[in-house]
Amino acid sequence: MTHVLSLLVVIPLAGLIPLFLFRRDERAVKQVAITTTAVELAVSLWMLSQFHVGEAGFQLTERVDWLPSLGITYFLGVDGISVLLVPMTTLLTFISVLYSSGGAIKTRVTEFMASFLLLEIGMVGVFIALDLFLFYVFFELMLLPMYLIIGVWGGPRRIYSTLKFVLFTLAGSLLMLVGIVAVYLASADASGARTLSLPDLIEARGRFSADFQFWVFLAFALAFAIKMPMVPFHTWLPDAHVEAPTAGSVVLAGVLLKAGGYGFLRFALPLFPFGVQAWLPLLILLSVVAIVYGAIVSAVQKDLKKLVAYSSVAHMGFVTLGIFVLNLQGGVGAVLQMLNHGFVTGALFLFVGIQYEKTHRRQIADLGGLANMWPLYTTFFGVFVLASLGLPGLNGFVGEFLVLLGTFRFSGVPLGGLFWGPLAATGVILAAVYLLWMFQRVMYGPVREAYKLLPDMTPLEVACAVPLLAMTVILGVAPQPFISIIEPSLDQVVRLATDPSFTVLAAR
Amino acid sequence: MIDQVWLIPAFPLAAFLITGFFGRRWLRVWSGWIASAAVGASAIVAIGVLLEVIGGRERTVVALYRWIGVGDFQVNVAALVDPLSAVMLTVVTVVSFLIFVYSNGYMAHDHGLPRFFTWLSLFVFAMLILVMADNYLLMFVGWEGVGLCSYLLIGFWFERPEPYFAAKKAFVMNRIGDWGYTIGIITTFLVFGSMNYLDIFRRLEANAPSQSALTIICLALFFGATGKSAQLPLYSWLPDAMEGPTPVSALIHAATMVTSGVYLVARSMPLFAAAGPSLAVVGVVGAITAIFAATVALVQIDIKRVMAYSTVSQLGYMFLALGVGAPAAAIFHLATHAFFKALLFLGSGSVIHAVDGVQDMRRMGGLRPKMPITYWTMVIAGGALAALPPLAGFWSKDEIVGAAFSNGYPILWLVGLFTGGLTAFYIARAIWLTFHGQPRDPHLFEHAHESPRVMTVPLLALAVGTVLAGAIGIPPDQGFIHSFLAPSVETGAAEHVPPLGTIVFLALASVVASVIGIAISLSMYARGRPDPAAVARASGPYYRILVNKYYVDELYDHRFVDVARAVAGASWAFDVHIIDGLANRVGWALALGGAGLRRAQTGIVGNYALTIVAGLLLVLVAYGGYAAGVFGR
Repeated sequence: MTHVLSLLVVIPLAGLIPLFLFRRDERAVKQVAITTTAVELAVSLWMLSQFHVGEAGFQLTERVDWLPSLGITYFLGVDGISVLLVPMTTLLTFISVLYSSGGAIKTRVTEFMASFLLLEIGMVGVFIALDLFLFYVFFELMLLPMYLIIGVWGGPRRIYSTLKFVLFTLAGSLLMLVGIVAVYLASADASGARTLSLPDLIEARGRFSADFQFWVFLAFALAFAIKMPMVPFHTWLPDAHVEAPTAGSVVLAGVLLKAGGYGFLRFALPLFPFGVQAWLPLLILLSVVAIVYGAIVSAVQKDLKKLVAYSSVAHMGFVTLGIFVLNLQGGVGAVLQMLNHGFVTGALFLFVGIQYEKTHRRQIADLGGLANMWPLYTTFFGVFVLASLGLPGLNGFVGEFLVLLGTFRFSGVPLGGLFWGPLAATGVILAAVYLLWMFQRVMYGPVREAYKLLPDMTPLEVACAVPLLAMTVILGVAPQPFISIIEPSLDQVVRLATDPSFTVLAAR
Repeated sequence: MIDQVWLIPAFPLAAFLITGFFGRRWLRVWSGWIASAAVGASAIVAIGVLLEVIGGRERTVVALYRWIGVGDFQVNVAALVDPLSAVMLTVVTVVSFLIFVYSNGYMAHDHGLPRFFTWLSLFVFAMLILVMADNYLLMFVGWEGVGLCSYLLIGFWFERPEPYFAAKKAFVMNRIGDWGYTIGIITTFLVFGSMNYLDIFRRLEANAPSQSALTIICLALFFGATGKSAQLPLYSWLPDAMEGPTPVSALIHAATMVTSGVYLVARSMPLFAAAGPSLAVVGVVGAITAIFAATVALVQIDIKRVMAYSTVSQLGYMFLALGVGAPAAAIFHLATHAFFKALLFLGSGSVIHAVDGVQDMRRMGGLRPKMPITYWTMVIAGGALAALPPLAGFWSKDEIVGAAFSNGYPILWLVGLFTGGLTAFYIARAIWLTFHGQPRDPHLFEHAHESPRVMTVPLLALAVGTVLAGAIGIPPDQGFIHSFLAPSVETGAAEHVPPLGTIVFLALASVVASVIGIAISLSMYARGRPDPAAVARASGPYYRILVNKYYVDELYDHRFVDVARAVAGASWAFDVHIIDGLANRVGWALALGGAGLRRAQTGIVGNYALTIVAGLLLVLVAYGGYAAGVFGR
């Protein structure tokens, strides 16, 4: 039995100690934060190398009774769905910390870095917790540091935005808490023993009546839908992004949103097959609406960050669509789309931030003509824009195409996949429209006098961008190794969600 | 050589990476020569592959690795080498090589030269992937890749607004077509369980699916083809694409990329042949596009726009050929057109280069003695476009028009014949206005000069191709190209080889149409009988419609865009005022409610006790009601 997953939880926590010891020395603080996140990244990659590809069940599990009288356990483990999300999280956190150490954060550096390390615990924990109570703890743990990151280091309307972010998310997670309590109460077996550990709950799910599932699934779904965010719960997202500092935006878009999609796959689908079926038509409708509506609203944004934020809504629509078509291609596509969106949208926010640090402008109308001065920036940014609009050969395409394929062959909702599939496919056209229009207005045109002397990317910025670029290309050109990791576990989730009598979930 | 087929795209890919990383700083003008050498190497391998296919290795799949595999959906990165792809590989690499060499001269004074060759190399790589792929999904990589490079190269001079607007228009219109392509290939997978050509054709033969499913697939794929190959209704990006550097127009927007829709339909010929009505749609759309674009070309004054509309029109001919069941003729015309249209564009580029970037033919004239090589090569290419024997264009286009007649489409034959006359008219007009008559702008004329050898040698090479390429299709319907391509594009339908008398009659009709077109054109522009201006005045509104290109740009670029903007603006307002407004109002109501509740905290114990009792009662009633089934659902 290894403890690599516990190590992942402990490392950022341990990093907080030297951080506060050196809190007066800004340079040392930055070095501690960078080192901690780098070690965390390395350990997460080592964790990935320990993972056995081709097995569906949970691996590297650790289980310790926590509150035995309540049946609550400290239960960690990864499967094909979560094992890739963890290194994605640690990479994005590392990049965010690295970038922030370059001068983007000027006040209260210690507190900022501490918030990030705390946030990393929550984000990693969410993807490895297999006990619902533990999951809830990590889920809420993500909230507080992000509240501070937006509220303290954010832009002029940061208080409004961060409160909105917290209230939306909190409303959702309180509903989930109610759901968790309900599940806990309903999990009692003949002897009266209750549990919150996922494999046990799946075995117990036969006792969840259809009626019960209808309501409890709704509670979970609302929490995850707000987190994703799905339309119509998305309006906190653009505000939060606009005010958040660059690093905050990167992890908010790159990681936090994934907690919603992951929650659907990990808990809501396997536990409540009847609940899923009942809400399916609405969820499919909202997903397709998100794809089309998010893209249309993106097109008229005047603020660069808002544009990327709304494009996130559209991209997350592909994730939920892939999840709810309940088949292998759709589901694998959804997980890939989560990874791709993490790298690509994370990168887009990073580049908007890099640009803002130089020009201090984010209104698209104020920009223009940057391409001639910044060939390096233009190349990087261009590749990420193309990946975001789903150019085949880059990563965005693979996930979106698989989701579309899954949608076409899905017949479980009114009108059928041959209606929803082509409709969702229009999102791909619209993405080209709003992203290329943005790109040409920002990058092309004559050089502006005010920006004439601004330098191209610094070595630090390049160092932050290169890993993201590499993942964008690798996941587009050779996605198969990643698919092989995801596929067996996803297959199991799909079977759990579509066959209420299926209750086997092996845990090693 | 076939087993090394992946070398063909590997060279341009290497050139893309090398010039991309090192071009701007270190290689500079050498970027062009490195890229040209890489594409030259590809051309040599491609010819080797073609010879080997001719030698008898009719169908080889060269797989590299598994690209995407989820459940029953499995796609490889693999090449299918058969006669069709071998011909395409050869045409693409050879024409590309000549245009690359030419570009070294044309772009010599542009500071963006390394970037130009980086993107041009990427384009060739993508085009080769498109042609080589053994399945629809990998083809889509090339398909979108060429679209991207087209976008980048149309917008090459991005400091001016026109190029990047044209670039975005091209990309978006292509994307609209790609919507159809996506639907087509996913439906193909649903019906056949594969995206691999050979699997699909095998399963089609073994167990033909319903006509309606096949029709949906074919029409969706064809919609994709109309975007890439600039057919109605998605053609209008191509004329605007002339904002790019002229070698780009020659390579991407005449010789290679725009023919990929033709290649797609030819590649899918078994599907189209099995889906009855869809081929007729292809033929009719092609014919309408051919005549539509040719009429617009009659009155254009920008030399490159003439060529652009001409390309749209010629692509229409290729689809016409596919539609009337003559795929070999379509590919034949694709090949000859690649040579003579590339030559026409490069010739135009040579002229534009000579007159300092001017493209307006009204300011040219009399250039013939100044640039004899350009003049004569363009005359040869123009003759091929006008389908004069014995030039290549005659053999290929005549075969298309003839096939329309002998396969039972007399109306399409008439359209093709009449369009042939229009084609002859506009190309004779363009050459006359450019090279003959009095110089209309003495200043430009004064400075005009023949282009350097690096540009004229490719012109001469293309001219040789324009003269000789027809040989592969002689005799009509039974030439080398027909028997060679047969295994790739066999439709299963019986061959209609008409009697010799009919062939001769059809050929004569075509030639007469062309000669009449040229005669009228020269009479009008050389002798002023009738005077062009008078004709324009006399035809009044008709002339204005043509000059305004049937007002399609007006419709697309303004009306459609206005509607789209209104929709987007309304959605945005909805988001801010309704969805977010509601959320804010809930928050405000909660805050208000909180303030109200604070007043209930009176501190008087009696009030609290009362509340507790009331609450308890409420719970009891609710519980009792639930237990009794009053509230039961």
